Amino acid sequence: MFAFIVRRMFQSIIVLLVVGLVAFSMFRFVGDPIDNMLGQERTQADIDRLRTELGLDQPFVVQYAKFLQGAVQGNFGVSYRQGRPVSTILLERAPATLELAFVSGFLAITMGIALGVFTAIRRQGIAANVIMTVSLIGVSLPTFLIGILLIYIFSVELDLLPSFGRGETVMIGHWSTGFLTASGLKALILPAITLGLYQMTLIMRLVRSEMLEVLRADYVRFARARGLSDRVINFRHALKNTLVPVITITGLQLGSIIAFAIITETVFQWPGVGLLFINAIQFVDIPVMAAYLMLISVMFVTINLIVDLLYYAIDPRLRVDARAT
Amino acid sequence: MSLLTIQDLTVEFPTRRQLFTAVDHASLSVEPGEIHGLVGESGAGKSTIGAAVMGLLERPGRIASGQIKLGGEQISGIDAEAMRGLRGKKISMIFQDPLTSLNPLFTVREQLVETIQTHLGGTEAEANKRARDLIDRVGIPDPDTRLDQYPHQFSGGMRQRVVIALALCTEPDVIIADEPTTALDVSVQAQILDLIKELAQERQVGVILITHDMGVIADSTDRVTVMYAGKVVESGTTAQVMGQPQHKYTKSLIAAVPRPTLKLHRFPQISYGGRETRFAVDDMARHWPKVDNDTSKPLFEIRNLTKKFLQKRGLLPWDRTYFTAVDNVSFDIHAGEVFGVVGESGSGKSTVARMIAGLYPVDGGTIDFQGQRVSDLSNRSVQDEYRKNIQMIFQDPYSSLNPRMRVDEIVAEPIRHHRLMDGAHIKRRVDELLDQVGLGSGAGQKYPHEFSGGQRQRISIARALATQPRFLICDEPTSALDVSIQAQILNILKDLQEHLGLTMLFISHDLPVVRQMCDRVAVMKQGQIVEVQETSELFANPKTEYASELLRLMPKLDDLSTDGLEAG
Repeated sequence: MFAFIVRRMFQSIIVLLVVGLVAFSMFRFVGDPIDNMLGQERTQADIDRLRTELGLDQPFVVQYAKFLQGAVQGNFGVSYRQGRPVSTILLERAPATLELAFVSGFLAITMGIALGVFTAIRRQGIAANVIMTVSLIGVSLPTFLIGILLIYIFSVELDLLPSFGRGETVMIGHWSTGFLTASGLKALILPAITLGLYQMTLIMRLVRSEMLEVLRADYVRFARARGLSDRVINFRHALKNTLVPVITITGLQLGSIIAFAIITETVFQWPGVGLLFINAIQFVDIPVMAAYLMLISVMFVTINLIVDLLYYAIDPRLRVDARAT
Repeated sequence: MSLLTIQDLTVEFPTRRQLFTAVDHASLSVEPGEIHGLVGESGAGKSTIGAAVMGLLERPGRIASGQIKLGGEQISGIDAEAMRGLRGKKISMIFQDPLTSLNPLFTVREQLVETIQTHLGGTEAEANKRARDLIDRVGIPDPDTRLDQYPHQFSGGMRQRVVIALALCTEPDVIIADEPTTALDVSVQAQILDLIKELAQERQVGVILITHDMGVIADSTDRVTVMYAGKVVESGTTAQVMGQPQHKYTKSLIAAVPRPTLKLHRFPQISYGGRETRFAVDDMARHWPKVDNDTSKPLFEIRNLTKKFLQKRGLLPWDRTYFTAVDNVSFDIHAGEVFGVVGESGSGKSTVARMIAGLYPVDGGTIDFQGQRVSDLSNRSVQDEYRKNIQMIFQDPYSSLNPRMRVDEIVAEPIRHHRLMDGAHIKRRVDELLDQVGLGSGAGQKYPHEFSGGQRQRISIARALATQPRFLICDEPTSALDVSIQAQILNILKDLQEHLGLTMLFISHDLPVVRQMCDRVAVMKQGQIVEVQETSELFANPKTEYASELLRLMPKLDDLSTDGLEAG
């Protein structure tokens, strides 16, 4: 087990290095940051001086090496646009994104599994069929459209919920939370639904098809033949087996909830890292982009590791192998 | 009074177009302590009877008429909740495949205790004690450790013992065993059947043993009911039905069973129901290239063949452990003969076949075909020529044909791959082949799922013959098929060998089949060949202990009627 974790860590580091390399090789195609940084009255001398100062005249591999050198010491550089250390900016912004992702992830998993199980057990029922049809809409509508639709209905027409921002926040140490105020919670509802709806329908459809498969399995038939009750069969025997393959997809989906919160954050002007990243691209703010991409890759790698560990927790067949390795 | 009585039972499956009657006015009864065999081919309705008794008919199936009585009380048509109370408590069931009938995510203890508490209530400690006693009773050594293990930590036979413990755990009156030993090796099969017999005697349980295997019926049942197309065609004591079958179907079914003691030239075809299909081997022989079966030198010389599989991965070479599947195996195959390989599952017989076919690279040793080294896979020109000359027929006709390809594409693929012909000729050749194996040339337009198991195996044969090979590898070609279909396929293979001069490697765990098919036999055990013999010699005087043990465990079938059989 320990050896397994160590090996995965090692693999993760390689993944991170490759992501960084690809990211840095792309940055020069995004645009020239100098254009934005210096005003109208610049001279060629100013441009050259700034370029040397920022190290932009060097090949990207050298820039990347410098970035890595700083990164391992916890120094991600200074934002070109804001003139403040990137790590400070990210720390400020991260709570907003993480809270949003947590709420929508929680919604997606609980609702997705509950509805998936329901539609699998009541396969022929009217309610199940209605849910399945509606879920098609969830899968096929793009996120920004759902967001705009929700804003139109609940903010513009009904005037129930705020259409943008986080509402009031409370600081707990470095962490700004919207969970503790009424306006903060109200502001969370629409973005959380927008962000989680696609994942929810996806998890639901996945759970449903997996569950239908499991309900046909021999061990479920044998459990029936032993006279166990439907409740025990559905929720103890079938559900646990359903979760094994569902976990992989769900884990990756949760990663993308955080990574691709960009669209939702733009629609709702949510002050999170996604919005920060979009602004950074417009301004060619290389240090921010680099740090953000690394952050996202670290997260994906971690989620993958957790998913693998969950496998061992659920499936005893893998545990034996793990002991052997 | 009988324990379980089934009277005039009719089970129907309404489909959109028509009403399908799976069981048609069937009657049978089971006494306490009796093992009642229910035999018939797939689709005969025997499993449906089992499901009807359990109240587990798949929708939209329903009992249209008739009664099922348990100890004098009617149980057909009672409500679902009452039926659930009976299931597992009064009637239990044992399924065919022990590998899939246990939930992989729960320990044996959890599954046993759950079932015991559902039906008997009681404290967890009581249920635990009962679980331990049961595991001990079904002959699983070291019950205290084994109880807390997961199903995948048990072998197939041990798992079936766990399944039996689960079926027994609430002292049922009746057990329905649906093909309980079909997925097991001969030696394990004998042990499981003995256990079922013993328990039936000891606890006075009535057992309905559903099977298609006449050997199992002859060895372990007291009474037997024969079914054909949903109807009971014959019923009586086992000795009577097996020894003097009255009905024409029973007679032909018994005649098609391969005998260990009697070598036949051809298997009698089941004539009942008119399902025989022509196989035009003469046609085929006319266009077949003349082969010169030179018997002075073996066709295959296989020396010190070894295959190791990685069992435990490791970054460093000394961290890895290997499992030796085939260990230093040497033998010859002569041109024109059928060479059999027998052994239990895991003995390495399929691995040998796959190495010969070039599907697995060899880890040690050599394979020479017509004096040419073919175990070196990197020599492309030799490999191409060699692969044209060998073809394989696999065990499972369901998974060995690509479901997304049309049958004519499947059969044409080897010809295209080896670039033997051009377009128009390929089409003609494929139609011919399909016609010759008895499917009719129209079959090419269909997809594999439109065919039955036996027909699919014919497609596999057509595919194997497409390149006009000299050598066929048959890996358990009939073990997924019914007895009558098995007889047809084995006849086809025999014809091929005789008329086309094919040489065959025939792999099987079924000794009577091997006896009928093979000229010489190698017995494998744990990756090694323990004995190579002429077939008749092996069956008469096995030299090694292992071979005689295998022969001893084989169902004897001595009491079976020999009407209509002629020795060849």
